[in-house]
Amino acid sequence: MSDKITLEIDGRSCKAALGEMIIAVADREGIAIPRFCYHPKLSVAANCRMCLVEAEQGGRPFPKPVPACATPVADGMKVQTRSHKALEAQRGTMEFLLINHPLDCPICDQGGECELQDVSMGYGEDISRFSERKRVVQDEDLGPLIATEMTRCIHCTRCVRFGAEIAGVRELGATGRGEEMRIGTFTAQTVQHELSGNIIDLCPVGALTSKPYRFSARAWELTERDSISPHDSVGANLQLHVRRNQVLRVHPRPNEAVNETWISDRDRFSYQGLNAAERLDQPMVKRNGVWHDIDWTSALKLAADGLRAVEGDTIGCLVSPRATLEEQFLLQKLLRALGSGHIDSRLRQQDFRGDASDPQRPWLGVSIAELEQQKALVLIGSDLRAEQPLLAHRIRKAALAGAQVSVFNYFNVELTHPHQSFTAPPGCLLVELAALAAALELRGSSDAVRELIGLAKPEDAHHALAQQLRAARNDGNGLILLGALAEADPDYTLIKALAEAIAIGSGVRLGYLPSAANSTGAALAGALPHRAPAGEVLETPGLNAREMLTSPRRAYLLWDIDPAADVLDPALAQVALSDAQLVVACSSFRTPALEQHAHLLLPISAFAETSGTFVNAEGRWQGFQGAVAPPGEARPGWKLLRVLGNLLELEGFAYDSARELRTELETLCANSSFDNSARALRPALKVPDIDQQLMRVGQVPIYASDMLTRHAAALQHTPLGESIAVHLHPEQAGELGFAHGERVSIRQGDATATATVVITDSVPKGCARIPAAVPGSETLGAQIGPVALTKARG
Amino acid sequence: MVENQNTVCFRTMHLPPERRYRLEEYRALGGYQQWERILRNRIDPGDVIEELKLSALRGRGGAGFPTGLKWSFMPRQAPGQKYIVCNSDEGEPGTCKDRDILRYNPHQLIEGMAIAGYCIGATAGYNYIRGEFYEPIARFEAALEEAYGAGLIGKNVFDSGVDFDLYTHLGAGAYICGEETALLESIEGKKGQPRYKPPFPAQAGLFGRPTTINNTESLASVPVILEKGGQWFLDQGRPNNGGPKLFSVTGHVAKPGNFEVPLGTPFKDLLELAGGMQDGRALKAVIPGGSSVPVVPGERMMSVDMDYDSITKAGSMLGSGAVIVIAEGTCMVKVLANLAHFYAHESCGQCTPCREGTGWLARVLERIRAGQGQAKDLELLDSVAGRIGGRTICALGDAAAMPVQSFLKHYRHEFEHLIEHGKSMNLA
Repeated sequence: MSDKITLEIDGRSCKAALGEMIIAVADREGIAIPRFCYHPKLSVAANCRMCLVEAEQGGRPFPKPVPACATPVADGMKVQTRSHKALEAQRGTMEFLLINHPLDCPICDQGGECELQDVSMGYGEDISRFSERKRVVQDEDLGPLIATEMTRCIHCTRCVRFGAEIAGVRELGATGRGEEMRIGTFTAQTVQHELSGNIIDLCPVGALTSKPYRFSARAWELTERDSISPHDSVGANLQLHVRRNQVLRVHPRPNEAVNETWISDRDRFSYQGLNAAERLDQPMVKRNGVWHDIDWTSALKLAADGLRAVEGDTIGCLVSPRATLEEQFLLQKLLRALGSGHIDSRLRQQDFRGDASDPQRPWLGVSIAELEQQKALVLIGSDLRAEQPLLAHRIRKAALAGAQVSVFNYFNVELTHPHQSFTAPPGCLLVELAALAAALELRGSSDAVRELIGLAKPEDAHHALAQQLRAARNDGNGLILLGALAEADPDYTLIKALAEAIAIGSGVRLGYLPSAANSTGAALAGALPHRAPAGEVLETPGLNAREMLTSPRRAYLLWDIDPAADVLDPALAQVALSDAQLVVACSSFRTPALEQHAHLLLPISAFAETSGTFVNAEGRWQGFQGAVAPPGEARPGWKLLRVLGNLLELEGFAYDSARELRTELETLCANSSFDNSARALRPALKVPDIDQQLMRVGQVPIYASDMLTRHAAALQHTPLGESIAVHLHPEQAGELGFAHGERVSIRQGDATATATVVITDSVPKGCARIPAAVPGSETLGAQIGPVALTKARG
Repeated sequence: MVENQNTVCFRTMHLPPERRYRLEEYRALGGYQQWERILRNRIDPGDVIEELKLSALRGRGGAGFPTGLKWSFMPRQAPGQKYIVCNSDEGEPGTCKDRDILRYNPHQLIEGMAIAGYCIGATAGYNYIRGEFYEPIARFEAALEEAYGAGLIGKNVFDSGVDFDLYTHLGAGAYICGEETALLESIEGKKGQPRYKPPFPAQAGLFGRPTTINNTESLASVPVILEKGGQWFLDQGRPNNGGPKLFSVTGHVAKPGNFEVPLGTPFKDLLELAGGMQDGRALKAVIPGGSSVPVVPGERMMSVDMDYDSITKAGSMLGSGAVIVIAEGTCMVKVLANLAHFYAHESCGQCTPCREGTGWLARVLERIRAGQGQAKDLELLDSVAGRIGGRTICALGDAAAMPVQSFLKHYRHEFEHLIEHGKSMNLA
């Protein structure tokens, strides 16, 4: 910012840029001006009138007190925030705000951290002059996340502006006039946007509070601990509010580069899962099909003996991409020391034919903040808002600033900004991409890509998009992003080859939307079959996540995953596990599939209970400390691995602290930069049969992403907490003879399930959207793959 | 008797009522000739604006801002759509003059809007008409149809290459939509709430485009000013107070109605035009410019002339020209309680002082009126009004506060009497 002008606030000389508002300059200077409606991330409403100040320009005083939030500074301006006139105006507003406020602070959750309460200490009177009846406002039910007490509302409209400006959906609005003005859902729906919890923070009073936290603690009883969100690849900065070793709520910690001041509802409410009844808090062993509690010493000995008893090469390890960098690093160390290279965290990937040519350390391709500056953005295979709520917000900002956003996906995704959709079932989506390549007059570097381009018939939309990409190239602001759904595609390698060709051909950048909190870190930890720590390339890779299941191992080590939900193909996984001699599951939760298939359950700490590091989408290392102790006998994962390594008498497990471990990793990765260019030519691949049968597309709904979230009750009760269903195009349903709401059998090879039919235009013909990782999907096959549907019997 | 009545906006009033609003009658009076002359001769908009400045036409909606100056603020050369908007929301209690322009002289308004559009570079205009004006809406729409039919507005008017399209938009009963930026919000389909300024409408108005908003009477005055000259218009009134003005005289007068008389006409002459006091009652007070302006005691009013500057000197404002005449025997507490109720009901709810304060004033006044007042209430009323005035985005807060302060100033004894005795001193 260029400091161009000088003004005086309360006698202090301040530098400011032209166009800045008085309040922004005062905030920077540490001069406190009371306010309610102003928020730096929202448009200026100037309606609360709390920030009225006295000002003069060129020796001429403004005739009336001016709102500091809406009055631009000018050179030579003099502002008085605490003159008699200013204070009288501020006290006047304070009095008006309080006359109809219930003053029920003793029973209000906001009490003790309430802006109205705080400001009234400075500007309010002890005794009210108001002796008329106070206003009472009827409440609305905003759903399971946000509690309302609208009698307390002071009509600042921050929540309304948040919906319109940040979320992009006007879920709340003001109706009525004057005293009768109400904030509510004028369309009588719940608030369900994935960022909506932020209005709890925005609300300056106790009108909107957290429903799961309601009445559980007082603000002054809580201790604040910094943390990092374990869900998507943003790594939102969090503040955990803890009392008596329990996380009672989660707030955002501002970090402009990462999450600004926002967090998603998943970041905010998933902590509920920490206290779920299904937490695993005791080492357990299965004897004769019955689970028994055992002590850690016996449990670790059983694990060590079991692993020693099998040949190293017959062990496979599936590790969550949400495990910390330290856990992933120690796990691969353990596996590789035991003689197995079979470790993978890409649990939802289907096609690994690109491993040898894949970029060494893939990442977002730009910084998170740079997403906003893009002029042309192409998303391939991504249910963006569900996968990456906060990146979706950055992309929305870019779109509102004029960026052209195009989405190539298997179904229409609902975005809250203008965008163009290229929707096609798996296989056909390749041809859509090829049409873009053709519009760019690319020929393709491999036979398969050439063949696909040959098949493609570019239309006006493809040509227009090609033009946008070329235009964006000039200022380096074009980006193609590969999403989590594309990863599950049976021809992911072809998608990557096409995306690379398009990026290179049009001169824009290519990026990956890593699906989870530490997906990017997995390459640095070496938690991949083809990468050693620091992302070094292994010329003889181990088995990948899918091969470990198609060529079953004798022993499996599962790290914080539910085999019925956290893998591409739960049916395949469970068959492989049921045949294994030993399944050691380190987990924070007990799930039916773990109880069925594991032989040993080792309780590890969940989010907030361990220290660690996540490397987010942009390659940012974000370390955190444990905020609460894990329940019962559960132990931080890295400690468990350290002890197990020592028991197995392996080298390099003698860590005294998490800090030591982190330092080792930092040293190791000091020169590991990220780069999305393919290491080698993409392999020769066969073009799939494009006119294929009906394909299942199983996206992971936002609140099904991981075990913690799946155990967070309030999130599951929101309308976004999906359960299994078969979403079909009306014509598709017609051809199959299905009616809306009908029960159908789903068959993927030997895997079966039943679900009801939902008829929708958002899914193309040839595609059946059947969500993954939701109740009812545990017995199904690959997230993307051929599927047969028949009417359910009985 | 007042001379020079009905010279501008009411110049069709001499015709039989059923013919006043017809296109042929308006054209017979010279209507649409200025519009045609401007287009055919490609008159420079700057010249038109100069003529308006000379005329000293001041905004007739209530604020009295010079119309020519307002037009000159428009970035007329800037590319893109610009708009002229006519404010026919006329909701100020006591005002009913724009209604009669719509009813009896709609074409003059259309011509005025077309000329305004030309001068500010707008090819589209909106006339925002108060929703309760059933007959005036129909009249205006019929006139619009006539004008389109005769090729007086629309595309390529008079083969000049100039387009001007005009649309009506109806209000839905909110007083606040008469505030120009709330009016814009309303046209855009949003909740009627005034916008914070800056930006002013001339920078970012309707749909974010440069916009000029004028009152019905201001726009309807334009064709006559151009026909007879700015100097002629100025001479009709007084320096800095050009032209005649419509006054809606209501209250305790024998013949309430709208009167177009030169600015500067003595109030007593205007009162005489309205037939004098009803039933020969004595004059007690006058609210000279619509319910939002301070009340002036009757005896003071009898020596005041009806123009912007004179009324300001008398401690009030000319406002919209709604002259509310109040006779002796009227309970001023009841009058004020009624006004306060109106503003509480019509506050948009956006700004804290107005949202909360207007209801407070109304409740306290109603309590006093009902004989439940306390001595400290008067000080409270004055203080609350003072905390509303000048503290809000738009002028509704001021409009609610000013009557309270002026009534307490001039008629405090009536409030005190009611509080002390529990009943009004004006019970006849």
